[in-house]
Amino acid sequence: MTEIKKTYPIKGMHCASCVGVIEKSLKRTVGIKDAVVNLATEKATVTYDSDICNEEQISSAVDNVGYKVIIQQEAVSGDQEKQEKTKELKKLRIKVAVSLLFGGLIFWGSFPGLINIAPELLKNFWVQLLLATPVQFWAGWDFYRATIPALKHRTANMDTLVALGTTVAYVYSAFVIFFPSVVMDLGLEVMPYFDVATIVIGLILLGRYFEARAKGQTSEAIKKLIGMQAKTARVLRQAQDGKVKEIDVPIEQVVIGDVIRVRPGEKIPVDGVILEGESSIDESMITGESIPVDKAKGDTVVGATINKTGTFTYKANRVGQDSMLAQIIQLVQEAQGSKAPIQRIADLISSYFVPIVIMLAIATFAIWYVIGPSPVGESALLFALLNTVAVLIIACPCAMGLATPTAIMVGTGLGAEKGILIKDAESLEIAHKVTTVIFDKTGTLTQGKPEVTDLISTNKITKNELLKLAASIEKGSEHSLAEAIVKKAEEEKIDIESVSKFKAIAGHGVEGVVRKDKVSFGNRRLMERENIALGSYLEQIELLENEGKTVMMLGVNGKLAGLIAVADTIKDSSKDGITALQNKGIEVVMITGDNQRTAKAIASKLGIKRVLAEVLPDQKEAEVRKIQSEGKIVAMVGDGINDAPALAAADVGIAMGTGTDVAIEAADITLINKDLRTVASTIALSKKTMRTIKVNLFWAFGYNILLIPVAMGILYPFFQILLSPIFASVAMASSSISVVANSLLLKKYKI
Amino acid sequence: MTIDKIIVLIFSAIGIVFTYWFFLMKKEKVVVVTSDAVDIVVDGGYQPEIISIPKGRTTTINFLRKDPSGCLEEVVLSGFKIRKYLPLNQKISIEINPQKTGEYPFSCGMNMFHGKVMVI
Repeated sequence: MTEIKKTYPIKGMHCASCVGVIEKSLKRTVGIKDAVVNLATEKATVTYDSDICNEEQISSAVDNVGYKVIIQQEAVSGDQEKQEKTKELKKLRIKVAVSLLFGGLIFWGSFPGLINIAPELLKNFWVQLLLATPVQFWAGWDFYRATIPALKHRTANMDTLVALGTTVAYVYSAFVIFFPSVVMDLGLEVMPYFDVATIVIGLILLGRYFEARAKGQTSEAIKKLIGMQAKTARVLRQAQDGKVKEIDVPIEQVVIGDVIRVRPGEKIPVDGVILEGESSIDESMITGESIPVDKAKGDTVVGATINKTGTFTYKANRVGQDSMLAQIIQLVQEAQGSKAPIQRIADLISSYFVPIVIMLAIATFAIWYVIGPSPVGESALLFALLNTVAVLIIACPCAMGLATPTAIMVGTGLGAEKGILIKDAESLEIAHKVTTVIFDKTGTLTQGKPEVTDLISTNKITKNELLKLAASIEKGSEHSLAEAIVKKAEEEKIDIESVSKFKAIAGHGVEGVVRKDKVSFGNRRLMERENIALGSYLEQIELLENEGKTVMMLGVNGKLAGLIAVADTIKDSSKDGITALQNKGIEVVMITGDNQRTAKAIASKLGIKRVLAEVLPDQKEAEVRKIQSEGKIVAMVGDGINDAPALAAADVGIAMGTGTDVAIEAADITLINKDLRTVASTIALSKKTMRTIKVNLFWAFGYNILLIPVAMGILYPFFQILLSPIFASVAMASSSISVVANSLLLKKYKI
Repeated sequence: MTIDKIIVLIFSAIGIVFTYWFFLMKKEKVVVVTSDAVDIVVDGGYQPEIISIPKGRTTTINFLRKDPSGCLEEVVLSGFKIRKYLPLNQKISIEINPQKTGEYPFSCGMNMFHGKVMVI
């Protein structure tokens, strides 16, 4: 007896009487020990014996009284799937062994040549019938089991073909031995073909066995992700005596706000922010980045990563389905459930495939019977029959159905391991066609943390005064350059004054009144607007801009008061990432709000030739469309926040992950490792996956298009070649295995 | 041509026409879902095969697989990016909330069995 206690959400409860009704109905169900329903939380806690009761019964008990129970499929249910799979595989293995053994014995007793050294017993037709029957109806039961209800729905599938083919061989053979005189009257040899039916079943089951095992591996990545989850967390909780105690709690019970202690070598249970202590953390399982990251107070940590050196406490801020790992799992699962456009044609064909094969098989029979040659001693009927069986057996729609999804599953899984999260199969497909990659500058190519590098004041005010005015007016702005200036002022311990009539002018700068002075702070466009002459400072501005710095001008009451230059550091991986793309022949474009000169200076440092400068934030989308209209397939790389419309407009929107949010709405692909070289890897992964899919489809289609006519006997008039049904079954089994195996080869690919 | 050949030809022709009619000329029966949930039994196919649901409403589809064949062990609703393992004899609920009208096909993992969600 296995007692299980579980809580399920209930839908449709309105009042306290509902509670009683549901509880009563549940308790009346056989196997349920206890049921407690809570109206406030709308949940039922059920204690039941899983040997005699299952969730379906719980669900129907609640259904019966008019409510709905939500049986959750937690991420953990992978275990159950695995168990069921293992059981299935074991059953299949026994069936394969028995049918091949019996098939082999019949083969020994009936195949010309071998028959001479076979024991008398095996040559006996009745013994053969005895051996063939269990194989046909016990091992082969799966085929019938799938065929009968399918026929009821007037659909057909692989199993229909196998069931039809083997039944024809079996029934003919049985007929031959039961009514030998009838067969002889027809001028046929009394010769059963039990070996065909049994060996075909054995081989196809064998193929299925290998296929099932290989297919399990295609979704390994997701199982790995699920398995990464920590099981318990050490939470600091206040005990009744007021002391704080450390207790181990199951991960499901961790709530937001819990303080958790992590020691060296331990897995970090959920997402959160470090409160105390520091450590280096191995985040490779999430980001694919192998070098541990140093973290201290205030830094975010991600669940399922491993704490290497120090001990620290942190506050949980995302648990359960909101955690980063859960989001990643969800994203990968979604991607694996989506369909690549390339699959459409395979879909279309496979929906007509089986009926067409059945019609071809009938035609084969007719043609062979009516105009087929009948060599000496053989009859037309026998040829017609064997070729018909061969056609039914050799057709393999499974290979077509497996070609695309298995490759997509391996490809998206491989990406996830390397920190490349692909939203759907379509994005993965388009990515390989990309000809142009547009990078947003700030925060993508650069750190996004600009710093003040130069302060130049005109003679009217001091440098401190300049910084003070600039910082005062920028205090209210959210621009990243503003942050740099405010930070600088804080460092210099400069007090900030209050501002009135503050106004931000998009793409220009900010304005306001400080101590009765009208202050304008922004770019050259703002100065033009305000009619502030730059005079001799123009030269200096251009000089700074040529160094890749962004220069902002401060005007006080219509006169230039000073310049502040701000520069952003380029990310370490930017140059390599761009070179990697250019080596693939992909054009790289940089898009930025900076002026031409600054932008060009940064671009030339990175080796970028095409620059779109002075682009206002709301124009980025239009710029993407402009490049698309040149006939290019565009990928846009940005942070996914400021440039969401541009990401959405691009053929492929790639977001560089920020923090713990992986499900960036506008992005097709999210790179969580912040490494720009991954952009090129993503395109490479897409190319590789697409090549695998194309090989698979070519193989699957080619196989069916070539071998079905061969099985029909098209080569016979020229080369006297006929395909025995046994060979047909070998070919069929190997074709779907080879498709899956080819997809699995992708795993070997190093990004 | 002997009589047996003529008989074979006639029966083959009938067989081909019958196969075509039986599998490819089947009338599609649409089950209109009026409540918030619909049960689909997975047994040698999907029953009902075609369901029609209104746009913009969350509908729960409960798949119950009774067919032990591995072919039907997964259901794929690619339009909703869902690929789900269906344990034998266990109801698996999938919630969808389509925002666009149209046809959303679903199928088994190998794409051999098909069904459709029509959003109206």
